[in-house]
Amino acid sequence: MSNEPISRLDIAAKIIPGNFLRQTGIFWAFLVLCIVMAISQPAFLTVPNITNILKQISINGILAVGMTLVLISGGIDLSVGSIVAVSCVASAYFAGADSTYPIIIPFLVALAVGGFLGAINGVGIAYFGLAPFIMTLAMLTMARGLVLLVTNARPIFNLTRPFINVSNTFFLGLPNLIWYFLIVLIIGHILLGKTVFGKWTYAVGGNEAATRLSGVDVKRVKFILYSICGALAGLAGLLLASRITSGNPRVGDGYELDAIAAAVIGGVSMAGGSGSILGVLIGVLILGVIQNGFDILGLSTFYQQIMKGVIILFAVLVDIRAKKNIKSRLS
Amino acid sequence: MNQVLNMENVRKSFSGVEVLHSVDLDLYAGEVLALIGENGAGKSTMMKILMGIEIPDSGDITLLGKQVSITNTAQALRLGIAMIHQELYPIPEMTIAENLFLGREFANFGFVNIRKQERETIKWLQKMDLDISPKTKMKDLSVSETQIVEIAKALSYGSQIVVMDEPTSAITTSEVNKLFEVIQLLKSEKIAVVYISHKLDELPLIADRVQILRDGKSITTKKISELSVDDMIRYMVNREISNVYPRCNNKIGETVMEVRALSRKGEFDAVSFKLKKGERLGIAGLMGAGRTEIVSTIFGDRRADSGDVYFKGKKLNAAKPSDAIKRKIALITEDRKRFGLNLMGTSKDNISICIDKRESMAGFLNNRKTNNFVDQIIEKLSIKVTSRNQIVENLSGGNQQKVVLAKWLLTEPEIIIFDEPTRGIDVGAKSEIYNLINDLVLQGKSTIIISSEMPELIGISDRIIVMSQGRIKGELSRENFSQEVIMQLAAHSEENQHHQPA
Repeated sequence: MSNEPISRLDIAAKIIPGNFLRQTGIFWAFLVLCIVMAISQPAFLTVPNITNILKQISINGILAVGMTLVLISGGIDLSVGSIVAVSCVASAYFAGADSTYPIIIPFLVALAVGGFLGAINGVGIAYFGLAPFIMTLAMLTMARGLVLLVTNARPIFNLTRPFINVSNTFFLGLPNLIWYFLIVLIIGHILLGKTVFGKWTYAVGGNEAATRLSGVDVKRVKFILYSICGALAGLAGLLLASRITSGNPRVGDGYELDAIAAAVIGGVSMAGGSGSILGVLIGVLILGVIQNGFDILGLSTFYQQIMKGVIILFAVLVDIRAKKNIKSRLS
Repeated sequence: MNQVLNMENVRKSFSGVEVLHSVDLDLYAGEVLALIGENGAGKSTMMKILMGIEIPDSGDITLLGKQVSITNTAQALRLGIAMIHQELYPIPEMTIAENLFLGREFANFGFVNIRKQERETIKWLQKMDLDISPKTKMKDLSVSETQIVEIAKALSYGSQIVVMDEPTSAITTSEVNKLFEVIQLLKSEKIAVVYISHKLDELPLIADRVQILRDGKSITTKKISELSVDDMIRYMVNREISNVYPRCNNKIGETVMEVRALSRKGEFDAVSFKLKKGERLGIAGLMGAGRTEIVSTIFGDRRADSGDVYFKGKKLNAAKPSDAIKRKIALITEDRKRFGLNLMGTSKDNISICIDKRESMAGFLNNRKTNNFVDQIIEKLSIKVTSRNQIVENLSGGNQQKVVLAKWLLTEPEIIIFDEPTRGIDVGAKSEIYNLINDLVLQGKSTIIISSEMPELIGISDRIIVMSQGRIKGELSRENFSQEVIMQLAAHSEENQHHQPA
């Protein structure tokens, strides 16, 4: 076994075929983007603006981590936006101004509610064999219907000061929100990269049948992944409730698409079996910076939507090219 | 004889590594040229160049007297070159007629004339002597039938050259005869066939000439009558493979596993047999006999409706693979790409997947230990990889099979079940696998080997049970091994099922 350049490519390609080049490529693209923004928009590199960007990306970032876990296993979760709404309302309920619950309660409720809905997804997909697309689509509509029904489509206002502080204060100079995101990111990275469970996640996405025949409990792996994804959506819902200071049943619409976009830009393959959390971080940042740019320029959110779609296509094309390059170099 | 093809001085490199060193190849009308060589010898690359999938670095291709430069497969097809791939992926929901005329439908104003297509298809099917309705969907065809449809398609394109890549690797013996009939038909139409195969025993039956490649060079080209199979092997590997089926002095002991009246509706019925310690038990049968289904039930991937499996006297009715693995049973499945490997993963990922949990610390991967295990087994099995981090997809068939073997050996199994262990693997690697099986039984482990290659099964088994249509039809011990007896037991007792005639 040699130690020449070709084996470095192998190692790189191992992390995610083609992703090392892509990651580095995407990273440079991100840097260039920031430089362009900084030069053309003096408002960009200011503390309030950067703080804003960090706050903006945190909630989508947390969703993206959960989505990445599910995508790598070869699945998809379209229901995270609706789960965010359910959790937004549920956690706000336990943080109403007249309530005396300690701040930990809304957190537990948010994680439990999200985890529970995610677990239902997991049961349907893993144990009843339903296609992830279908199951989570059904959950998207059911959860949304549920939360609108329970709240009569009316938000919960008047939340306690501690609860509002969760998303609106700072810690060590950075907004709280970004800390939550970073912790989720690091845990996700360790889980995927350093644990047996993480390896199983990649294996299930790479070849589910072979993994099953190797003695791995594929059903349990999938069940756990969807539960985690749901729990993270639950956390995101709480953070959102705190941020907008209300439990609003209408939030989260389309959040799943942003999460998927961030993951895909970050090099996660929709076919499963490859992707990394670090790539997702960059994907989230790119989306955030672009969104911020549009905001600074005062462009309508509809332009942003079109732009997001274009970026996704572009990112996937770059990914396919990079994978082809790695393949032909190694064969 | 008419020369239809002349490839001269073909050179090709990939990433600075030369894989073809000035190879010549001639092809004449109406002949079958067998192209043989170990994996990596260059035969696939030569054919890919002919098909326009790869472009040679240098060399001339003369087709029917005209120099050509083939740059894509559509052009190759137009020039009269067709390929029947080893793995056929037809569009499952399409009918035979639709598939045959894909891309050149009989259409008027965009509306396809289905009836006309079906009539034309019937003509081709009759020519191939295939009694199937043109309305049959591709997914309902057997591998052999799909293959013949592909050949009919090549014929319908007016192909002068048909390249067949391992055509008999996935079809039964009777279907092979059918294929050979079709090839005779092609020959009578003066079509030239390039026949790539690892099954050297077949070549005297079908080939006219044999060309042997080794390490990117053409070693020799001779008439089939001038070469024995041993000669071919010698040219291919350039080293003596004494005894393709190595002898073994294994001691056969007590019963380690007993299967009692195992049944599963629609797949197998009342199957009972014993496996002894140190034994190589072969299971013969045609495709559909239920062999794979039985072993995957023993392994826990399927549930039996009734019956039991006993391992060392204790009942083991595995409900999932991990139950069987815990009891030290390993199953090396057929079709390694679909069921044995994560092609996106590295060799290390694949090899360590069964032991990761065992070696883990508080759920964390123990890379130091598993890397050690992996490196050791890679060396022990002589797996050719650039490093343990090489992506498995890029390995040759033989090395991929070794990776699957490595994975299972790390679980320290006592019973190892091999389902078609040497399918799609070259002679050199096959020999290594036979030696490995022998090593295992010499260590006191027990093996079950399923194979559709009769000579192979007879060569490496101590005892053979024959299955047919889900039942055990007979058992033979070494002294009584006979290809004919096995075939008789394996063949269906009823008339072969026919599809609805057109």
